[in-house]
Amino acid sequence: MSEALLRIEGVSKKYGPNTVLKDVSFEIGKGEVVGLLGDNGAGKSTLVKIMSGVVDSTVGDFFWDGQKIEKMNRNVTEKLGVETIFQDSALVPQMTITRNIFMGREVTNRFGFMKMKEMDAVAAEVLDSVVTIEGIKSPKQLVSSLSGGQAQAVAIARAVHFKRSLLILDEPTSALAVRATEALLGYLTQLKGEGVSSVLVTHNLHHAFQVCDRHIVMNHGKKILDARREDTSVEELTAAVVEGAVGLARFREGSF
Amino acid sequence: MTLTAPAVTHERIKPAGLIQTLLRRPEVGAAVAALAIFMFFSVSTQAFLTPAGVATWLYSASLFGIMAVAVALLMIGGEFDLSAGAMVGTTGLIVGIVTTEWGVNIWLALVIALAIALAIGAANAFVVMKTGLPSFIVTLATFFILQGVNLAVTKIITGTVSIQGMGAVPGFDAVTVFFGSSFSLFGMDVKISIVWWLAITALATWILLRTRSGNWIFAVGGQITSSRQVGVPVMKVKMGLFMTTAGAGWLVGMLQLFDVSTVQATTGIGQEFIYIICAVVGGCLLTGGYGSAIGAALGALIYGMTLQGIVFAQWDNNWLKAFLGGMLLLAVLVNLYVRRQAGVRS
Ligand SMILES: Nc1ncnc2c1ncn2[C@@H]1O[C@H](COP(=O)(O)OP(=O)(O)OP(=O)(O)O)[C@@H](O)[C@H]1O
Ligand SMILES: [Mg+2]
Repeated sequence: MSEALLRIEGVSKKYGPNTVLKDVSFEIGKGEVVGLLGDNGAGKSTLVKIMSGVVDSTVGDFFWDGQKIEKMNRNVTEKLGVETIFQDSALVPQMTITRNIFMGREVTNRFGFMKMKEMDAVAAEVLDSVVTIEGIKSPKQLVSSLSGGQAQAVAIARAVHFKRSLLILDEPTSALAVRATEALLGYLTQLKGEGVSSVLVTHNLHHAFQVCDRHIVMNHGKKILDARREDTSVEELTAAVVEGAVGLARFREGSF
Repeated sequence: MTLTAPAVTHERIKPAGLIQTLLRRPEVGAAVAALAIFMFFSVSTQAFLTPAGVATWLYSASLFGIMAVAVALLMIGGEFDLSAGAMVGTTGLIVGIVTTEWGVNIWLALVIALAIALAIGAANAFVVMKTGLPSFIVTLATFFILQGVNLAVTKIITGTVSIQGMGAVPGFDAVTVFFGSSFSLFGMDVKISIVWWLAITALATWILLRTRSGNWIFAVGGQITSSRQVGVPVMKVKMGLFMTTAGAGWLVGMLQLFDVSTVQATTGIGQEFIYIICAVVGGCLLTGGYGSAIGAALGALIYGMTLQGIVFAQWDNNWLKAFLGGMLLLAVLVNLYVRRQAGVRS
């Protein structure tokens, strides 16, 4: 069997005295769509930030394609082609859509000038790449003038544009209408065909079950379920998410 | 990263109208106000429009303008520096003391003062970033420390509160070419600081609007978590900004020292808020992420014109403070209105 794209081992995270992740280990296979599920405060977003390299884990090891990553940080994950749609969208409202999309990765000529025309053109293109949202008039528009869904579409477009190997989506459809949601979920399946893996955090278990090859359920910072789609069911996921380890055990007793 | 521009221009890229584009600029309000004040004093006083008069208010504006532009960059980046004014005194005193008292080479003295200024700027940034404390508090502390040290150290070393005898230091005239000279233009005696001011405003504007660093300054000032999440080097940006205001303090310190060849231990104290006011009048938001270098330069121009205009009009000098307060209030109101018109929610 070939090496997993990303394997995390024994990850724990403390915020002050609070342990928010406890000894979490799992793998993300190449071209695999993994659902990361769990109740509010279960630790999903913290895990997402650790995998994206923007937050340090207190302990834990990371392996990329079998190779140990010595120091996880955003520089490393960016080089590896990891892109994340953060739960808070990670946009700067006072800046234009273009400047947000290229923030930290501005395209410049050799004199250090930003190529604004080129970036505007690319921004206009990528805005339509996955989910087409009505009402975005120009990439020069300020993000503060966008609706919640429009802003989320910008965050999606940015991550989709730059991702090369792994796309992490933290509740990416929370502000999207039905059509856009369907388009995004469909896109994850399409990515699989291109060999790009993805991690989807969502509270909609039906969406997760529809597109994910594997499901990981978090509860109070611990991983309590890690199952391939064919080995689980929406009912089992629901029991695990809603009632934690106890509910999962009860569900399994009841179904055997 | 390679990037191929799409062949066809996308329908979403349409040039915005000229008025719309203009109204979106943060400095429109300041430009209009500067014009009004210019016309007012031109009409109401004899001296304002004479070559000597123009040279006077431009000189005033230039010293405030250099600092205001640096402070504007910092404010756009989401921070304040209340130690910027005291820094002007500190750097002037360092050069004055080490040359006149200890006979240090004047060029070396300039470098020492700059290095100390940059180190203080870096220390400001370091404390702010590592502790997460508001820069307003951290630099307020730095301000008091510098103010106290400026006076105490000057007294210990020289026995007085000012440095005299700079003119006799070897190399003084050579350095004066860069910081204290002037040249004649249209019958005006133009001080070199005006050239520095214009150059720094142009450079800052270019950096803000056209370079990657500029994008990072707006980003960290607008939403620091978002910037960090997408990989903007937040620490580097803030460090650079604090060091820029400190460096600007050094420059202004030198411009004053080599203009009058003396420096007081109280130089620069009380000016820190004027820099901030100039930046705000020029369209900077106190909340960060929005503003302009040209605006700050215009804010300083307004201040310089008023400062000298009031003298030319032979009004009581105390009107300046009242005017400054009124101007500040008017500026934030106008900027608020302009931003609403341009469809910026904030
Ligand atoms: N920066 C922080 N400082 C302190 N505690 C934090 C921080 N970020 C998260 N936490 C805590 O860590 C726990 C997990 O938070 P996390 O955001 O990972 O949850 P989540 O599973 O994404 O929840 P949700 O579904 O509501 O988004 C929560 O109890 C939260 O209070
Ligand atoms: Mg979350």
